[in-house]
Amino acid sequence: MDSIASHSLDFFEHDKAENTKIIARSWTNRILSAVCITLSLLTMVPLISIIFLLLKKGLPLLGPAIFTELPPAAGMTGGGFGNAIIGTLVMVCIGLAVSAPAGILSAIYINEYSPDGRLSQAVRLVAKLLTGIPSIICGVFAFAVVVMSTGSFSAYAGGMALAVLMLPTILLTSEQALLGVQSAYREASYGLGATRFQTITRVVLPDAFPAIMTGVMLAVARAAGETAPLIFTALFSQFWAKSLNEPTASLSVLIYNFSTVPFPHQISMAWTASLVLVAFVTLANITAQTIFSRKT
Amino acid sequence: MLGWIIFEIVESAWPAIRKFGFDLITTSAWVPNRERFGVLPFIVGTVASSLLAILLAFPLGLAIAIFLSENFLSPAFRQTMRFVVEMLAAIPSVVYGLWGIFVIIPIVKTFGDWAVSSLGGFPLLAGPAYGNSLLTASVVLAIMILPTITAISRNALATVPKTLREGAYALGATRWEAIFSVIIPTAAPGIVAATILGLGRAMGETMAVAMLIGNSSRLSWSILSPSGTLAGLLANQFGEAQGLQVNSLMYAALILIGITLVVNLLGEAVLRYTKKQTAGIR
Repeated sequence: MDSIASHSLDFFEHDKAENTKIIARSWTNRILSAVCITLSLLTMVPLISIIFLLLKKGLPLLGPAIFTELPPAAGMTGGGFGNAIIGTLVMVCIGLAVSAPAGILSAIYINEYSPDGRLSQAVRLVAKLLTGIPSIICGVFAFAVVVMSTGSFSAYAGGMALAVLMLPTILLTSEQALLGVQSAYREASYGLGATRFQTITRVVLPDAFPAIMTGVMLAVARAAGETAPLIFTALFSQFWAKSLNEPTASLSVLIYNFSTVPFPHQISMAWTASLVLVAFVTLANITAQTIFSRKT
Repeated sequence: MLGWIIFEIVESAWPAIRKFGFDLITTSAWVPNRERFGVLPFIVGTVASSLLAILLAFPLGLAIAIFLSENFLSPAFRQTMRFVVEMLAAIPSVVYGLWGIFVIIPIVKTFGDWAVSSLGGFPLLAGPAYGNSLLTASVVLAIMILPTITAISRNALATVPKTLREGAYALGATRWEAIFSVIIPTAAPGIVAATILGLGRAMGETMAVAMLIGNSSRLSWSILSPSGTLAGLLANQFGEAQGLQVNSLMYAALILIGITLVVNLLGEAVLRYTKKQTAGIR
């Protein structure tokens, strides 16, 4: 930019008016660039602030007790949130067990069996819209289906809510993964006399597997951090879960509950829980990224 | 497969018990123990907080998108910036809520007190200023939807054909003249779609808002007073709701689905239109 401006200055040396115009233009240019860079850097502030506070307020309590003990009662100190960590893991697993097969199989259907059929088009649209649906609606749905019919808050209900949340992500990323498989592979497989089923299980799926796993990990990362769908499906519990049929603690609901109480110990515990949760989510995201980059 | 679509319908059919409350949309009293349910303040709160958030997030999101698609600084720096935005997307919303309580609330409170004392006559900034207010929720929402806006706008900017940009430079345009007169107009539908989809996300966001907005069912003009959103209402009351209250909450959920669905469909439609448009240019 600068070089162009200075060249122009030489060029228009004899024309004063033109000269000032060029200078004004190049200054406007520089100022706008500066504004744009400043605004971009501004977004780093919240992230740095969040990470700094997470470490500052979350680290002091981080110790083995956090992972093995139960949450302290109101006003008490000590304790941990082992039950919440397990609860989160259990509910994410339930959600995954429901949504992964359903999502991947639907993706196979809409991509391999009838890519342009009415049904496939409809499924694609519905999946897109589902990703835009507020996560709390997944909770409302699970509440209506599971909690109201079984009559109690449970890990099943929480898992179900997370499954609804994960399904569209898994479906859409799996579809992208299958689209990424070169059609030459499929044709070669058919050329060797393979049936469609054999082609899918032996050629297409193995090739698309890393990309599908990326989608699954991204869904896990998203589900683990969600609070809204769990708050009235799994509720919360102060104790170790004895079965999947009773209210279950989760990290995110623990943070929510503890952040609004007036006890400093509980609040610092909320920070520690946030630290653990962010670490877990970031780990899942990084895993997803590495699986994906290994493939390409 | 098919059953999966059906469950979408079941989802919306469940609250069909809504016969209990016809036009509760227009009333503004929410008194569960007297069985009076009006969700108007929450609808207003949802729309207002999301619009305010978009207003804050749009300039930032567009700036970052331009920053990421132009070559101001070295690629390594842009990579870092991208990573930062992706990290913002990965942070769970409760953590935003927690952060908002300890960081944004004091800032907004200070700002609010100042605004009330110096510009108090203005209805949008009428006092008294609360920490838990519409403005607090909007600021945090703006940060949360930033990644959505940035990602989609960046895609839109990236699909602007190189030849157009080179053409502008060849005609002697400076970088920003090229950006404003050629690149942004070409990418405009995509940027609009990004904004609409960001709006959809803001409306559905629950936890951070529920923790920050104050959850009041009073209608107020001031952005410094507590308000409430549909999603926040659901989060707060579902756990201990019973009887008619559950049905009314289901109804509120249905309204929320309706609003977000319309917003998202609109965004998708604009995106699809964009694809057709740019396909023509290439």
